[in-house]
Amino acid sequence: REREREREREREFIMIFTFSCNLKMQFMLLFSRQGKLRLQKWYVPLSDKEKKKITRELVQTVLARKPKMCSFLEWRDLKIVYKRYASLYFCCAIEDQDNELITLEIIHRYVELLDKYFGSVCELDIIFNFEKAYFILDEFLLGGEAQETSKKNVLKAIEQADLLQEVSNHILWQCSKNLSDLLGNHIATPQ
Amino acid sequence: MALKIVKGSIDRMFDKNLQDLVRGIRNHKEDEAKYISTCIDEIKQELKQDNIAVKANAVCKLTYLQMLGYDVSWAAFNIVEVMSSSKFTYKRIGYLAASQCFHEGTDVIMLTTNQIRKDLSSPHQYDTGVALTGLSCFVTPDLARDLANDIMTLMSHTKPYIRKKAVLIMYKVFLKYPESLRPAFPRLKEKLEDPDPGVQSAAVNVICELARRNPKNYLSLAPLFFKLMTSSTNNWVLIKIIKLFGALTPLEPRLGKKLIEPLTNLIHSTSAMSLLYECVNTVIAVLISLSSGMPNHSASIQLCVQKLRILIEDSDQNLKYLGLLAMSKILKTHPKSVQSHKDLILQCLDDKDESIRLRALDLLYGMVSKKNLMEIVKKLMLHVDKAEGTTYRDELLTKIIDICSQSNYQYITNFEWYISILVELTRLEGTRHGHLIASQMLDVAIRVKAIRGFAVAQMATLLDNAHLLTGNTQRNGICEVLYAAAWICGEFSEHLEDPMQTLEAMLRPKVATLPGHIQAVYVQNAAKLFATVLRKHEGETDSHAAQETSQLLIDRLPLFVQSANLEVQERASCILQLVKYIQKLQQKKVEVAEEVTALFAGELNPVAPKAQKKVPVPEGLDLDAWINKPPSESESEDEKPKAVFAKEEPKHSRSRHTEVDEKELARRREARKREQANNPFYIKASPSSQKVYDAPGVEHIPVVQIDLSVPLKVPGMPMSDQYLKLEEERRQKEKAERKKEKKKKREKRGKERKADSGPESEEDIAPAHQVDIVTEEMPEVSSCYFGVIKPTVHWFPVQKSSKHKKKKQKKEKEEKEKKKKKRHHHHHHHSNAGGEDSVQNGTVEEEEPLPPMSNYFLLAENSYIKMVYDIQGNHQDESKVVVSVIFENKSDSFLKSMEFNVLDSLNSKLQRPEGAGAHDSLTVPFQLPPGISNEAHFVFSVQSIVMPQKLKGTLTFIVKSDESSTHEKLDFKLHFTCTSYLITTPCYLYDAYAKLLESGDLKGSSLRLEGINMPFHHLLARICFHHHFSVVERIDSCASMYSRSIQGHHVCLLVKTTVSIDAKCDEPSLLGNVLDEIKQTFSKC
Repeated sequence: REREREREREREFIMIFTFSCNLKMQFMLLFSRQGKLRLQKWYVPLSDKEKKKITRELVQTVLARKPKMCSFLEWRDLKIVYKRYASLYFCCAIEDQDNELITLEIIHRYVELLDKYFGSVCELDIIFNFEKAYFILDEFLLGGEAQETSKKNVLKAIEQADLLQEVSNHILWQCSKNLSDLLGNHIATPQ
Repeated sequence: MALKIVKGSIDRMFDKNLQDLVRGIRNHKEDEAKYISTCIDEIKQELKQDNIAVKANAVCKLTYLQMLGYDVSWAAFNIVEVMSSSKFTYKRIGYLAASQCFHEGTDVIMLTTNQIRKDLSSPHQYDTGVALTGLSCFVTPDLARDLANDIMTLMSHTKPYIRKKAVLIMYKVFLKYPESLRPAFPRLKEKLEDPDPGVQSAAVNVICELARRNPKNYLSLAPLFFKLMTSSTNNWVLIKIIKLFGALTPLEPRLGKKLIEPLTNLIHSTSAMSLLYECVNTVIAVLISLSSGMPNHSASIQLCVQKLRILIEDSDQNLKYLGLLAMSKILKTHPKSVQSHKDLILQCLDDKDESIRLRALDLLYGMVSKKNLMEIVKKLMLHVDKAEGTTYRDELLTKIIDICSQSNYQYITNFEWYISILVELTRLEGTRHGHLIASQMLDVAIRVKAIRGFAVAQMATLLDNAHLLTGNTQRNGICEVLYAAAWICGEFSEHLEDPMQTLEAMLRPKVATLPGHIQAVYVQNAAKLFATVLRKHEGETDSHAAQETSQLLIDRLPLFVQSANLEVQERASCILQLVKYIQKLQQKKVEVAEEVTALFAGELNPVAPKAQKKVPVPEGLDLDAWINKPPSESESEDEKPKAVFAKEEPKHSRSRHTEVDEKELARRREARKREQANNPFYIKASPSSQKVYDAPGVEHIPVVQIDLSVPLKVPGMPMSDQYLKLEEERRQKEKAERKKEKKKKREKRGKERKADSGPESEEDIAPAHQVDIVTEEMPEVSSCYFGVIKPTVHWFPVQKSSKHKKKKQKKEKEEKEKKKKKRHHHHHHHSNAGGEDSVQNGTVEEEEPLPPMSNYFLLAENSYIKMVYDIQGNHQDESKVVVSVIFENKSDSFLKSMEFNVLDSLNSKLQRPEGAGAHDSLTVPFQLPPGISNEAHFVFSVQSIVMPQKLKGTLTFIVKSDESSTHEKLDFKLHFTCTSYLITTPCYLYDAYAKLLESGDLKGSSLRLEGINMPFHHLLARICFHHHFSVVERIDSCASMYSRSIQGHHVCLLVKTTVSIDAKCDEPSLLGNVLDEIKQTFSKC
């Protein structure tokens, strides 16, 4: 009988749960000072149209903020945490109860990872190797949650996976990397 | 074979790779769209080739284009191909593309199940890893169901790298396929103690997220988490756990007490700001949730406030912002602790960041007290002067007024100061809030009698310097204050030192440039001033001054008579004629002042909030008695009614007046309250402010004597600052006096007790002026306000009478209920609300049979015929509904040639046979012998189904009896409810239902049904029956229901036993209407 009641409770939970399912980090966007999207990762299921609308609105709002303003803003029913590194804005949306500071830390950690991986990363690195930027992000965050808090472990996983890639690919990538080093300015130091 | 590979590689050398594409786009800034469309054409070619490397390259490029906003859904199958490659390089690209481009609607996802399963069980951990990562982005309920077991196995993988990912992705799987939670949970719990910290933290993450959704089920894990919290050093994990405890404490207060200590320890020790912030937030939340049961929490609050102070003092904008945010949470429950940091908050007003300044302003609103109000406002006034940009300045202005006027001017001790502040605010350039300042001036001048003399003097100065306010056309908003100034000067003109001068100021030609409504007030109040001047000079032997005034008006008013504004013109011409007439009388040396003053006699008095209660009920009027005799209950049963009422629908026969007494009264009371709240002339008092004025001894404190030579003679604008000084002096004086008194007392009592010499408490500060009308007793009720009432008001013993009334009502109610019950028994054979009886009788059995229900509603009836109808749709045709009408012959005659016609609307049309006109009626295909009924169906086409609609119609028929035949007609209204567009659609699969809910396309809404006491299954049955829903799944405490409209809208309900309904639908207005109809159905029960 007790067991049955527990099962009932479980089912009730499931029903309420499906009715109000939501996630922690909703999405992460990287965009340039000119408003060009450089990277997007969505942790909530949204239609393409909705995504585009949100991106447009948010990019405008964040770019309109003055440089000395704090990194948080309330937008719709979400909290937006953003930070500018050189010419790139990193922008995350979190829920009301979530911790703004830890989200800033996540952003910073991601920048550090990019920096370590590319070696003084710049915007062009991310443009030309956008798939790498995604791989790093996926290794760091999974479904909106930080999956690995150790930088070393993330980089190790990425490097080993890269080793599996073909050498020819690697050479090609090296060439473009050298090129972008010549062109780009560094984004390692936050602004 | 080798040749083929070589050829492929050579081909590839000429293909663009991702870098080429990016570079190309950057080089074609002008014709980007064109360039990309050629690239997409190339990519399409590449995808047609067999070489997987070429395909992978193409897919990689597509992923980039997708980010730029191009639709790449057409390549979904190619992405799956690349995913299936055995080489990790390509697999990685394939999964990345899938995770960016796939969503639940992508149909090729179905094809991936086996591939993903293969990858999950691959011996290479990176294959598995990449599959898990991809899956986290595009997992669908189907995938979750099929792969749940595989992922569960991976949670015990040998490599922590895989375990960690598997644990995290389990959360996604639970979301999509909740049934997997139960079998997976034990293993998940095990992972809390995994040797690898990464896996452990992942498990904490998932369980914390689950628990935040439904804390109740996870209370049992609290001890485990408690252990983790005190032992873990990983800040990420700690933050998660602390957040979880924040969610658990409201359910288990004992937990809160236990938490405070470790949390305060953490606050003391941690150097990580994010953790500190989380701890402080949780401590605040915990303390709020158990504010009563904890005697010793002031230390914790103090600690929090101290730490927040450090955050706010930090140079980092972010910490400042968050510190202020958390401070405002503390302010709500512990205002005193925050108030001591006033200086810091005021400093934040200087911050460069506007969002920080606004946060600080919000805080200040809650921080003011009688003691510091003047000081805070003074600081704010400084900021008003400095502020750049009108939006922020306007924000400051409204905040100042908000702060001062909050809870009925509770914190204002000196209203002269407040008037001065308001006058200073009028100097603001370009503000939009002139009307706000004006309404404050009016409010204060009317309600604080003692201030009128001062206010009038200030307003006269304002009027005199009106050119300063109106000189610049940019400053239009502020001229609204002139409206208030003119009215105050006119209404309270007896306080004016030199009414003649003010009158002159109000009639300057420049006034004609003001907005019409202000001019109108000017003209009207000029007349009031005129009356005052006349009175002043009455009795003087030399009537020269009075005649001069008349002449001034006669000279100046014609300007206003020509005004384009009707109001101004009308008033001006009226007053002009009046003045001309008075001038004539003056020349005849007739004394007119008395009569002219009588025009504006009567003082405007504020009305106390409970004034109505104090109006005595005239003798012989019983407010509880019915004005018309209520329809007696026995009527419908005793007198056997004539044919007209013979077979009424049950819901019609149920007379409504039983509900009227209680429910209806409550509703009316509520409506009245609302009306009062919106009525600007009805002054509301909050309990807190009353407390202040009820404080004993307040009346005896003398109004402070202000050295009149200082404030009043200052030309131009007054300075509010002096009041600060004055106030301080006054307090000092009072303090000294009090000390003296105390001393005396002490001397009397000897040295028995030590008088406390602590700081002045809030209550000790006595106001210099009082807002009159907030006092309980009305000062005087002048007869002009309550025409019928005698000037002397006999106060009724209000409380007593109301109690008495309640008793009476209760009695009545009981009686009526008894009668109601009786009636129900009588009507049981065809009662819609049959369930009610059994509820009243006590316990309800689950198996209790459902009461009979009918879906047919009365359409119309007369002595010959009665029509009831029902509307049904079907899935086959999304724009058609069928109306079934049952015709019943109630007469002794034969009914024939029945013709049914409806006035079509744009949206709904009756389907007529081909060739028939749009207004032709349809012949009912049968005739009715006496006492016989038959059913006919009519098809209607509808376009939009989101709104209910009513169509007017007529039925004509011939009544044929033995002697004669007559032509008769019956009008009706056909009501197409939104419910009638819903079709009962069984939804057997909970999965499908859950999938629908998760799709995110549905908009939510909710409804609470009040006063329903029927068994849950009756409630569900009613919703099913009357509103065409079907139950998807039901358990003890809630049920999910589903229905579909004829146009395919999904409507989902979650009905709980607490009789609240959460609903989701892809068409919000349809949903709103359906919910309204459900509510209506139940309000009839």
